[in-house]
Amino acid sequence: MSALATSLLRLVHTTPFRLALLYLALFILSVGVILLVVYRSTAGFLEGEIGETIALEVAGLQDQYRSTGLRGLVDAVRDRSAMPHTNSVYLLTTPGGVTLAGNLSAWPDAAPGDDGWLHFKVADYGGADDRPSTAMAVTFTLPGQFRLLVGRDMSEIDQLRGRMLVSLRWVFAVTVVLGLGGGLLVARGAMRRIEAINRTTLRIMAGDLSGRVPRGGGGDEIDRLAGNLNAMLDQIERLMTGMRQVTESVAHDLRTPLSRLRARVELALIHDTEDPEVYRAVLQDTITEADRLLATFTALLSIAEAESGAKRTDLEPVDLAGVVRLAADLYEPVAEEKGQTLSTEVLGEATVRGNEQLLAQAVSNLLDNAIKYTPEGGRIALLLEGAGPGRAARVTVADSGPGIPEDMREKVLQRFVRLDTARASPGNGLGLSLVDAVARLHGAQLVLEDNGPGLRISLVFPATAVPAGSPREKAGTFAPATG
Amino acid sequence: MLMKVLVIEDDQQAASYLAKGLKEAGHVVDLAHDGKDGLFLAGSEHYDVMVVDRMLPGRDGLSLVEILRATGNDTPVLFLSALGSVDDRVKGLRAGGDDYLTKPYAFSELLARIEVLVRRRTAAQPQTKLAVGDLELDLLSRTVKRSGKPIELLPREFALLEYLMRNAGSVVTRTMMLENVWDYHFDPQTNVIDVHIARLRQKIDKDFPAPLIHTVRGAGYSLRAPE
Repeated sequence: MSALATSLLRLVHTTPFRLALLYLALFILSVGVILLVVYRSTAGFLEGEIGETIALEVAGLQDQYRSTGLRGLVDAVRDRSAMPHTNSVYLLTTPGGVTLAGNLSAWPDAAPGDDGWLHFKVADYGGADDRPSTAMAVTFTLPGQFRLLVGRDMSEIDQLRGRMLVSLRWVFAVTVVLGLGGGLLVARGAMRRIEAINRTTLRIMAGDLSGRVPRGGGGDEIDRLAGNLNAMLDQIERLMTGMRQVTESVAHDLRTPLSRLRARVELALIHDTEDPEVYRAVLQDTITEADRLLATFTALLSIAEAESGAKRTDLEPVDLAGVVRLAADLYEPVAEEKGQTLSTEVLGEATVRGNEQLLAQAVSNLLDNAIKYTPEGGRIALLLEGAGPGRAARVTVADSGPGIPEDMREKVLQRFVRLDTARASPGNGLGLSLVDAVARLHGAQLVLEDNGPGLRISLVFPATAVPAGSPREKAGTFAPATG
Repeated sequence: MLMKVLVIEDDQQAASYLAKGLKEAGHVVDLAHDGKDGLFLAGSEHYDVMVVDRMLPGRDGLSLVEILRATGNDTPVLFLSALGSVDDRVKGLRAGGDDYLTKPYAFSELLARIEVLVRRRTAAQPQTKLAVGDLELDLLSRTVKRSGKPIELLPREFALLEYLMRNAGSVVTRTMMLENVWDYHFDPQTNVIDVHIARLRQKIDKDFPAPLIHTVRGAGYSLRAPE
C-alpha cells in the first residue's frame, strides 16, 4: 500500500504527469462551462413552458370573465381550484382582501420580478397539499379593485432541475475521474518508457555495460533519445572493452620482456667474472631490450592519442599526396634493399582534415608491414586515389606477401595480436592497431582485402573528411561546367 | 668543444645523471631544481645551452623560457618532457624552445642535440655552399662534388647530405635526421635511416680512400673531414 503511495507520489512529480494534469484542468473547465450552458438553457426552456401554460389559463379565465362577469370568474376559479392534484394555484380577492375563490390562503406579499412574474413559496400561503415547492404566478387587477392571481406550482420543474443538477454533477464527476485516469494512464505510459531508460542507466552505473535502452519502434522523440543513448553506450562499451584488452595485453606483453631483462642482469651478477666485456655485453643487451620496451610504450601512447577523441579538434587540412610521397621516399630504399619493388602512384590530389604526423605514421606502418612480410623479389604498391563515390580519398598499400586469412582480418587490428606466420619477424603487434586507431580518428575505414596473392589494405576517407573551404572544394565550386 | 650547460630539472636523480654524463663528455654543468632558481641562474650567468624540463615546481618550463625570450635571452633551449604528443612539441617550440626531446631519451641523443644547437648558434650567416674536406655542396645549383668529381644525388639524398654537412663534426642521431629531413616526429618501426645512410655512403664514400660519414656506436652518424 505504501509502495503504491510512493509510486503515485513519484508519478505526481513527473513531467508527463504535470502535463496531463494541466490538460485535465483545462478539460474540466471546458466541460464545466458546457454543462452550465446546458443547464441554464434547459431551465430557461422549462420556465418558458410554464409561462405559456399560465398564459393559456389566464386566457381561459379571461374568456370566462368576459362572458359571465365576476360571478362566472369566481365559479371558474373555484372549479379549477377544486380539481384534484392540480399544479395550478389561483386566488381571487375582493378589494378588501377577502378571498372569493382559489386554493391559496392569503395573497403572497412577494413583489413581482423584472420579468413580471411573481415567485413565492406555496407552503407559506396555505397551499393545498402543504407543498414545499415554489410557484410562479401572474396577477391582474380587475375592474372594481378585485384581484386575480393565476400561477403554477413549480415542484415538477424543481424536481427536474434537481435531477438535472444531480446528473450533471455525475457527468462532471465521471469526466474528472475519466480525465484523471486517462491523464495518469498517458503519463504512466510515457513515464514507463523514461523509467526504463533510467533503470538501464542505473544498471550501467552499477557496472553492467551490456544494458541497452528498450525502443518502442514508434520513432518518436523518446525513441530517438533511446537510440542515441544506445549508440553512446555502444561507443562507451567499445572503449571500455578496448581499454580492458589493452590493460591485459600490456600486462602480458610487457611482463615477458621485463622478466627477460631482469633475468639477464641477475645472471650477469651471479656469473661473477672479472671480464668487463661480459658486463658490457649484458648492459648493451639491456639497453636494446629497454629500447624495445620503450618503443612499445610509445606505440601504445600513439594509439591512445589517436583514440582519444579530444584531439579531434586539432585536425587540420592535410595534403595526403604529400604524406604518401614522403613515406614512399623514406621506404623506397628499404624495399630495394630487400629486393622488392615499391611503386608509388598518386592518381589524385586529396586534402582531408587530419593530424599529419599520425597519418604519416599510419602510412609508414602500412609500408613497414608490407616490406616486412613480403618475400624477396615481391612487389609492393602504394596508391593514392582522389575523390570517388562516397569517399574523399583512398590510400592503398598492396603487397605480394602471404596476406592475412579472411577470418583473421578483424583480429590483427587488435593490440599485440600477431599472426603465427609473423612471429619470426621483429615487431610488437601494435602497427596495425595504430593504423586502425588513426583511421577511426579521421572517420576513415580500414579495409583489408585479398590481393591474390598478398594483402591489400586501404584507408578510405569518407567524403565528410574533406575540410570546409579546402582548395579542392573551392576548385569544385568555381569549376566551369563541362559537357 | 667545451660547452657551459644549464640543466633545469626537478627530478634530482635524473638531473645528477644528466650532469654526470655532460661532465664526462667534457662540458661544464650548472644544475637548478626548480623554475625559480633556474630563471635566476639563466639570468645571471652566460650559458651556451639550456636543458629545461617542461614541468617544474615553482614555474613551469614553458613560461620560464617565454620570460627568458621576452627579456632578450636567446640561449638555445632543449626542452625535456614526458609529454610526447605532436601538440606538446609544437607548444614547446612556440614558447621559444629550439628543440624538444621526449622522456625517456638516450643520453647520446640529448648530447648530440645540444651540440648541434650550440653549433648552429655559432654558425656563420646563411651559406650557399657547404664544404667538408673535399666534399662540396652547392645549395643554389643543387650539385655535389667530391674532389671535383660531380656526384648525382636524388633530392632526398641531397637533403640528407645537406643536413649532415650543416652539422659536420657533430653526432647526428637517427631521430634527428627523421625530424629534420623527413619531418617525421615519430620513430618508424624499422630502421629506415640506416638504409638511407648506406645509400649515401655508396655515392659519397665508396670510390674515395677516406670515408667522410662515420658511424657513432649507440648514437648515430657523424660527417667529418679526415684528419
